[in-house]
Amino acid sequence: MIGLLAHTPDDLAAGNFSHSVSWSAIAPALILMLGGILLLVIVSVFRGKLSSGFFTAWTVIVAGGAIAAAIPLWHDVQEDGARSEMAGSVGLDGFSLFVTGVICISVIFAALFLDGYLRREKLEGPEWYVLLLLSAAGGVTMASANDLLVLFVGLEILSIAVYILAAMHSRRVTSQEAGLKYFVLGAFSSAFLLYGIAFVYGGTGTTNLVSINIFLADNVITQNGLLLAGLALLLVGFGFKIAAVPFHLWTPDVYQGAPTPVVTYMAGGVKVAAFAGMIRVFVVTFGPTYVNEWRPMVYALAVLSLVVGALMAIVQTNVKRMLAFSSISHAGFILLGVLASSDQGTAAALFYLLVYTFMVAGSFGVATLIGRTGDGRQNLGDYRGLGRSRPGLALTFTVFLLAQAGVPLTGGFMAKLYVIGAIVESGMTVLALIAMLSAVISAFLYLRIVVSMYFEASTDSADSEEPAELSGPPVRIPKLAGLALGLALVAVLALGIVPGPATRVAGDATAELVPEVEVPQ
Amino acid sequence: MASSPLSDFLRSYLTAAIFGSLGFILVGLLLFLSYLVRPNRHQAQKYLSYESGVDPVGSLWSQSQIRYYIFALLFVMFDVEAVFIFPWATRVEAYGVFGLVEMFVFIGVLLLGLVYAWRKGVLKWA
Repeated sequence: MIGLLAHTPDDLAAGNFSHSVSWSAIAPALILMLGGILLLVIVSVFRGKLSSGFFTAWTVIVAGGAIAAAIPLWHDVQEDGARSEMAGSVGLDGFSLFVTGVICISVIFAALFLDGYLRREKLEGPEWYVLLLLSAAGGVTMASANDLLVLFVGLEILSIAVYILAAMHSRRVTSQEAGLKYFVLGAFSSAFLLYGIAFVYGGTGTTNLVSINIFLADNVITQNGLLLAGLALLLVGFGFKIAAVPFHLWTPDVYQGAPTPVVTYMAGGVKVAAFAGMIRVFVVTFGPTYVNEWRPMVYALAVLSLVVGALMAIVQTNVKRMLAFSSISHAGFILLGVLASSDQGTAAALFYLLVYTFMVAGSFGVATLIGRTGDGRQNLGDYRGLGRSRPGLALTFTVFLLAQAGVPLTGGFMAKLYVIGAIVESGMTVLALIAMLSAVISAFLYLRIVVSMYFEASTDSADSEEPAELSGPPVRIPKLAGLALGLALVAVLALGIVPGPATRVAGDATAELVPEVEVPQ
Repeated sequence: MASSPLSDFLRSYLTAAIFGSLGFILVGLLLFLSYLVRPNRHQAQKYLSYESGVDPVGSLWSQSQIRYYIFALLFVMFDVEAVFIFPWATRVEAYGVFGLVEMFVFIGVLLLGLVYAWRKGVLKWA
């Protein structure tokens, strides 16, 4: 017996707690959560005396602190091996720590873009930053969950904060609409996930991933209908959060309507956490025993995401919707890493998620700036002439788009290369071909935006011989947003030119399910 | 005849099903009997919704003050607190000092929410 099951009520009555609370193991999540709550308290006590720059600095420092707390744990895990903490409900391994880092990076980017955005939109409030930090705490909890119920709690903390964030731009109707859509559909998908957890519990007798893993390795279940139904429902729940086709329908509407800096986190951190949960459940827990059962389902999801994401992106005229569909197609690529169901596949998926976070932060970051006051100028026409009026911004955006398309010398190329390599290694060559085809189709989309920026005249001056200028008010680049764009640019290029260190780290970030070691009394 | 645990399990549902359908049959039978014996005279007033003897006015979809919403939200905070405190209270001896401190931490975190609401000024009805 493992973990919580080891305790009978009599044990508890006699005060026999063999599990001490390991604060260090949950330090990153704790720092994020306490940071969020403290910010809320500080601001409510000193209401009106703090500038919005303080909120941004606080958020960046807290997220940086969480990364700093994860680094010693990482070295610890690399030397002494992975371990389970908190009565076996929290798994401390390279995988969870890597994902923690990526989520925190996403938070930092979102905070840097939010700073200028809130000033421009004349919105205020620390609530944006507080919700961002709380949501990240949920994501970290989810990534390190060793128990389906802890995973669910993490998912809810992650999601509820993001539902609110999507609706935070109180003056824009589309933002409210996005929040409501996201909330209704998200709550629905959470119910699916929970129902799946119930079925898995019915099929295996435990919600602890370590115990499930051991149980399935030791026993052959003759009547596994309950477990299979549970797996299918879990896949629906995860499929919604990672926006895989056919559970993607909310994505374009929500990405289009939600405040753009929030979308950088929604498409980055939220997806990273959801993929982390999915890999932990499907690859690590059910991978050794049930891979042949879930692989066809995930295969279908991956193919649909790759094809539909790429095709639908082409017919859009709104850049945020285009990027939403391209993020669906990225989800298809990351699913390839999941499908491989090997250490190599997981490492490839992790590397992809890292690169993807930078690409998506950069792309939506540029969209934040182009949206200008009101956050509404997101049509392809609004990008015309950007190459003349803001050459630096246009060049940066071009690099992010080329990276998303998978052009060599950018991180996007290496990321696609690794997942396709992993999938070929697992013998699914057809899928690799579909993925490459999808990459070619979506390259058209990215080039369409680039062409629009450089070679098309702005709508206002289309008839005259004047040099093309951007229509509408000038694009302003706040310092922090510029800094964030610069960082993302450097990261995307660095990951493409010298991918070695990052791939080594992703390779070391193996996910393991280790039973908790009982502390002798 | 030996019965498997599953059929035992299902049999308890059968009891519930029989009991439930008996209820439906009984109510249906009584309503049918009274239909046979009662006089049947239609009047327009009988079809109005009854509102304490006053004629109903206005639409069913009335608007309510948005400020109640904030109070409903604040209520949820205390409600959640109660949901967790009740099961904790039944086992508080078993958890000892650890459990006591833990619950105060929990209440403290929820109180921070109240502090936020108070400083935000939502507790004033104006």
